[in-house]
Amino acid sequence: MRKEFRDSINTALHNPSLTGALGRFSEAYRISREKAYEGIDFEAVRTQIADRKGYAASHLDELADRFTQKAEARGTKVFRTNDPAKVRDYILDLARQNGVKSVVKSKSMASEEIHLNPHLEKAGIEVHETDLGEWIIQLAGQTPSHMVMPAIHMTKEEVTEVFNEQVEEGQTPDIPKLVKFARGKLRTKFLDAGMGITGANIAVAETGSLVIITNEGNARLVTTLPKIHVAIVGIEKLMANFSDIVPVLTALPRSATAQLLTSYVSIISGPVPNTDGTPKQLHIILMDNRRTEMSHDPKFKQALQCIRCASCLNVCPVFRLVGGHVFGKVYTGGIGTILTAWFDALKSSDEIQGLCIQCGNCTQVCPGKIDIPGLILELRRRLAVEKGQTFTQKAIFSVVNNRRLFHSMLRTASVVQKPMQKDGFIRHLPFFLSDMTEFRSLPAIADVPFRDKFKQIAQTKQKEKAAFYSGCLIDFAYPEMGEAVVKILNKAGIEVIFPEGQTCCGAPARYSGAYEVAAQNATDNISALLEQDVEYVVSACPTCTVALKQDFISTFESLGQTDALPRARELAAKVMDLSTLVKKLVDEGRLTFKEGQKLGQVTYHDSCHLKRTLHVSEQPRELLTKAGYEISEVYEADMCCGMGGSYSLKLPEISAPILERKLNNIKQTCATLVVMDCPGCVMQIRGGLDKDGAEIKVEHTVQLLAEQLK
Amino acid sequence: MPAIFDTFKLRAEAVSAEVHRFPRKTEALDFIVQYLRSAGVADSPQSYAVWADCPFLSGVDKKQIAEQIPGLTFEVTRETAAASRVGISQLDWAMANTGSLIQDAAPVDRRLVSTLPNIHIAVIQTDRLLPDLPSVLGKIRPEQTNYISFITGPSRTADIERVLTIGVHGPEKLVIIFVDQVFADQVSVDDVLVDEAAGVN
Repeated sequence: MRKEFRDSINTALHNPSLTGALGRFSEAYRISREKAYEGIDFEAVRTQIADRKGYAASHLDELADRFTQKAEARGTKVFRTNDPAKVRDYILDLARQNGVKSVVKSKSMASEEIHLNPHLEKAGIEVHETDLGEWIIQLAGQTPSHMVMPAIHMTKEEVTEVFNEQVEEGQTPDIPKLVKFARGKLRTKFLDAGMGITGANIAVAETGSLVIITNEGNARLVTTLPKIHVAIVGIEKLMANFSDIVPVLTALPRSATAQLLTSYVSIISGPVPNTDGTPKQLHIILMDNRRTEMSHDPKFKQALQCIRCASCLNVCPVFRLVGGHVFGKVYTGGIGTILTAWFDALKSSDEIQGLCIQCGNCTQVCPGKIDIPGLILELRRRLAVEKGQTFTQKAIFSVVNNRRLFHSMLRTASVVQKPMQKDGFIRHLPFFLSDMTEFRSLPAIADVPFRDKFKQIAQTKQKEKAAFYSGCLIDFAYPEMGEAVVKILNKAGIEVIFPEGQTCCGAPARYSGAYEVAAQNATDNISALLEQDVEYVVSACPTCTVALKQDFISTFESLGQTDALPRARELAAKVMDLSTLVKKLVDEGRLTFKEGQKLGQVTYHDSCHLKRTLHVSEQPRELLTKAGYEISEVYEADMCCGMGGSYSLKLPEISAPILERKLNNIKQTCATLVVMDCPGCVMQIRGGLDKDGAEIKVEHTVQLLAEQLK
Repeated sequence: MPAIFDTFKLRAEAVSAEVHRFPRKTEALDFIVQYLRSAGVADSPQSYAVWADCPFLSGVDKKQIAEQIPGLTFEVTRETAAASRVGISQLDWAMANTGSLIQDAAPVDRRLVSTLPNIHIAVIQTDRLLPDLPSVLGKIRPEQTNYISFITGPSRTADIERVLTIGVHGPEKLVIIFVDQVFADQVSVDDVLVDEAAGVN
């Protein structure tokens, strides 16, 4: 990671107006979005969008042809090109031929993508952004920090300063007055401009129509007052039929700004008369810029289903801390990382892809059903292939994969740390490792790993067997969680086996883009876990569960190792997370809780992989309630705790404030015990509360259940 | 139609539009005249009112109204519209579930009066009220008209500190006037039935 990038992150993190505005917005957004979708079946709407835009992405060429034919028949000029330079030249030539001195623009991300403004300005043409947010950042000489709200990072005081310095002295930080001022100043620009430039939200092939969605009314003026209208349209905006606009018009305003519909929707299907009666020149530029190439990529084709609502930014725990500018100049946030990799260059995404903590919040709200974290992992993989792995990475993985060596190294390290270790925590690490313990204590490494403790547990032989997959943290730091798993399953009459050949689940390698390493991990684990005939393979770590259940398969698929797939699927079918298995056993009457227990209030933290990948959130709550606990829900219960596996080591400066928010929310509840299903979250939250000094205990669900089952 | 009208009113008011309903055109006209007066329309720049030609105006004595309201003109140009406080036009359809109005806006005067002045008065026949987007798409004809506008409330922004501010580049006020009576040159066979269904009296 370059120092400049780290610096840009730190600048953003230490900008209180940015993090404050984004933090408040993300909280308000969640509620207002939900309200806007009342009475709407979001899953049905987004399935329609994904289907129809997915169809369009498979037929881009055909739809572009049909659109061109329909639009040209109405008198529109359509120019189609793959090359951003040709788009810029086309517009400049058009402006020159018509003696245009001044251009007004309504918001167009496509024009940002090709850096149109400087090109026209260099040629002596005035360019005025007219969307208020875009105008502000244009005056301030900045770039948009958010796709829908470009100036969200600025306070009214900062806007006032920009107006005073760049437009006219005497403005005061009063928002309605600032808006009126902008209206007045831009009104003359609208009336004087020789050309209006817009983007489009949808281009309908069937009718040759553009659909433009705005709130301020600027697009209506841009398409009405100047005698030339140029629309720059990325070809992923094409949809086949006019009726396709229904799901997009349903979802876009709701997801983008939590509105039922924006103030204005304009559907332009041909040139209209100018105010002097002459026909308007209407030019539509269908811009490819690698979109067709993207549509031929089996993984990334789905990214063309994006409707640019920016909801993936609004729900992202990282975006709300760092804002858009660290992502680059044009497209920001999760989807922005993917679009930048394609429309700019893969290497442009090298650093920003690392910002994704893989929590999956965005997948819940994306109206295009795009697997944004999955695609970011794919970028990571391709970047790793392109760059190769560093020596350090290779060394780390070779240690991680050798369990005995890994444990003895950790154990040695933890013994060396003895003086710093107290009550099972490491609170300070020296030198370059200090970042790891600055905001949370780390668990001390267990003297005896679970794999050795397991041998001491006396079990009755049973017909029904379950293989326990411990994962690193339970094996090396929290063996007591593993002991609790055995205790519970034994009570249900299930014998637990611990296959010695099990190794790292491969998540660290996979999330670093080192898929070959992850595939080797998968192969080793599959043969270990399927060696004996067992009913279940159970894990008390959601990330490991996801690896065993889903990632092994997709890693093999990514690498084209199809031979390995049947065994991977065989394993996947047996894998269960702890809570789901216990719930099943309770439902079957094989496990019962002690009666009449009143154990007081606890709160529950949803771990990312459990809630959003495995879709498990009710099971642990139900079990805890049955055990006798009363659940007091924490605000943003399912928001990431900032652990993200090795993320907290790579980007501790981001992990720490995410954790801080989580701890503050936990403290707002009356609970003195916070429960979760993930040992990684336990490590992060327990460590954070230890540093914080708060009197709140942190436990894995499995330990509480083990105590309360008969 | 009462339920659908109530839905429209609720939705439109939720996005800061004003909604009125009159049984007859004459009452609507009286309201508009009153409104223009109280809005301070006068024969001086920035205080004019512009009214785009529409079926509502057929049979209306424009000269007489213009005499009642100095500053009101039926000659819509970019200059008169840009110097107007109020713009008046007739809209073609209304969409209840979002409180939106829909218009064939290809003739430029219809866009000028609804974009440049501070206040837009939108007149619409009550029987033009439709429930939702699919039903509106069944009526509008993009293959025949080059510019279709959907208008939902006045123009707005939240670009500074996410504070909702009404009135940016378009009108800061949208006054919607439903008229139950069918306008002279817009009669269609099912209009009478719709009127009855609406329970107009």
